[in-house]
Amino acid sequence: MTARAAHVELPPLPVIEPAITADLIVAFIRAQMSQTGFARIVVGLSGGVDSATVAFLATRAVGAENLLAVRMPYRTSSTASEADALKVVQALGCRTALVEITPMVEPLLALMGVSQDSYVLDDAAQVRRGNVMARQRMIVLYDKSVEFDGLVAGTSNKTEALLGYGTQYGDMAAALMPIGDLYKTQLRAVAEHLGVPAEIVAKPPSADLWPGQTDEGELGRTYEDLDRTLFALVDRRWTADRCVAAGLDRDLVEWVAARVARMEYKRQMPPVAKISLRTPGIDHLYPRRRPGSRRAT
Amino acid sequence: MEVRIALVQLAPRLGELDANLELVTGRLAEATADGADIVVFPELALTGYLLQDLVPDVAIRADDPRLLGIGADARDVMVAVGFVEETPTRRYCNSVALLRGGRLIGLHRKVYLPTYGLFDEGRFTRAGHQIRATEVGDPLHKVGLSVCEDFWHPFLPMLQVQDGALLLINVAAGPARAPGSAAGLAAIAGWHKMQDTYALLGTVAIAFCNRVGNEEGLTFWGGSRLLGPDGSALAEAPLYEEALVMGVLDTDDLRMQRYNLPVVGDERLELVRREVDRIIADRAGIAPHTDQGTDGEREAPPVHAAREPEREVEPA
Repeated sequence: MTARAAHVELPPLPVIEPAITADLIVAFIRAQMSQTGFARIVVGLSGGVDSATVAFLATRAVGAENLLAVRMPYRTSSTASEADALKVVQALGCRTALVEITPMVEPLLALMGVSQDSYVLDDAAQVRRGNVMARQRMIVLYDKSVEFDGLVAGTSNKTEALLGYGTQYGDMAAALMPIGDLYKTQLRAVAEHLGVPAEIVAKPPSADLWPGQTDEGELGRTYEDLDRTLFALVDRRWTADRCVAAGLDRDLVEWVAARVARMEYKRQMPPVAKISLRTPGIDHLYPRRRPGSRRAT
Repeated sequence: MEVRIALVQLAPRLGELDANLELVTGRLAEATADGADIVVFPELALTGYLLQDLVPDVAIRADDPRLLGIGADARDVMVAVGFVEETPTRRYCNSVALLRGGRLIGLHRKVYLPTYGLFDEGRFTRAGHQIRATEVGDPLHKVGLSVCEDFWHPFLPMLQVQDGALLLINVAAGPARAPGSAAGLAAIAGWHKMQDTYALLGTVAIAFCNRVGNEEGLTFWGGSRLLGPDGSALAEAPLYEEALVMGVLDTDDLRMQRYNLPVVGDERLELVRREVDRIIADRAGIAPHTDQGTDGEREAPPVHAAREPEREVEPA
């Protein structure tokens, strides 16, 4: 083996063909609907590109009249986010509901002893606030799903899932995951193809859990760098050394690899202590959608 | 002589044997009304694909009247259909039946069960032990049946060609993935290259019937095709959509192609057998290691390997 020559070009971003990808996801959503016996979808609409893309895909799959986009701002949420969410609703002509989570979250935080302005105080309080907000939104979505008689479509993407950048039983809770196998950069290509408003595709991604928060600021890396690294490590199964030899920063590669490993627990059902001869999830294995699983209509 | 071959690219319902029997029977009636001589349905057309522990619930015997009833009233039409077979020794196999006039004239149990990547077949079904071509009479003489992954192992279709097959029928449930470019999915390009090559090298017609529809997160891509013995496409079905396509195979083309390119008849099976025997012995550590330059993979140096031959135990 000879030493690898210094590369000028970084390892590639994961390229996809957006039209085929969109068709595959629309077919997936339709199948989930018919196999579960539902006709409607509920999605939490933040004004960001992920939920906008899911809303566009869902509209294609089930029609605008069968999509309920729920806007759930908190008192610190940016007004631009709400404006962008409304642009999506307008573009699609889907149903929408506004549910402020502030009056639910504030007393809960107070009871739990989390400071009201903890985002300027300490990290642990900030994590607690963010998780409470994400889980409060989940409660709203699942309640709406009963009222509207729809399935909750998740808005987590592959970059977030691999990095564990999400709240368990919060934004990660869903009945189906239409964009869960799309990296952020791939998702943008699909969003453009679907006609998601350009300013939504272009703006810096943010969980908007506190003012001025951006994903890239919080993660300390750009999505391009993260996706290049994840694509090399995960999809192409490159070693960290090979990634570095190909021009990626060693700190980046090691940080990503460590984070993917540490966050494994968020991507799986919790382990069950094996006692019996047949245990759900271990050797009692069935497809989710099977005879008898479709609800009675 | 012309043989009309129909490929029925459908979306079976997962785990619903009765519904799928009805679906298959309905599409078969359409194909025979269009004058089909052979009608091909996808892998596991009677059960759906991602069965996991549903396997014993949907398994039927190869002599089950529900299976033999498919096309029983269309006397001269041959029907290939995939199902989960419960064998007489209670093995559960991913099988394809060839039926004619209410009789089972051919049966192939999937030999290569993909158990890697997104596939987990070896966990729920058992592998077949035979690679044969089935006698069907003139003008096709014999037909080689196989199931999906079997085609990724080139010895299998080439053995069936050497066994006399003039038509290879591959039934499939291929999941779409890696939509890398406008040209399509990476998996499809691989399938096309492989089928084109088998048609050319085997001077054999190929009927490939791949299912469509969705199960869990998987989307099956369809794209069924009928190839002539020179690799030319005689019929092609669309991607992702249910379809019934028909193509006409002219056995005169096959005849001339085998005269022009007599590679199948020139095959040296005795050489192949000798070298295959040698490689098997070498791998198993039971060969006298006198020769040099063996490419066979050894799991231990010959001096140790010779002690303990490695044998596969046949399942009961």
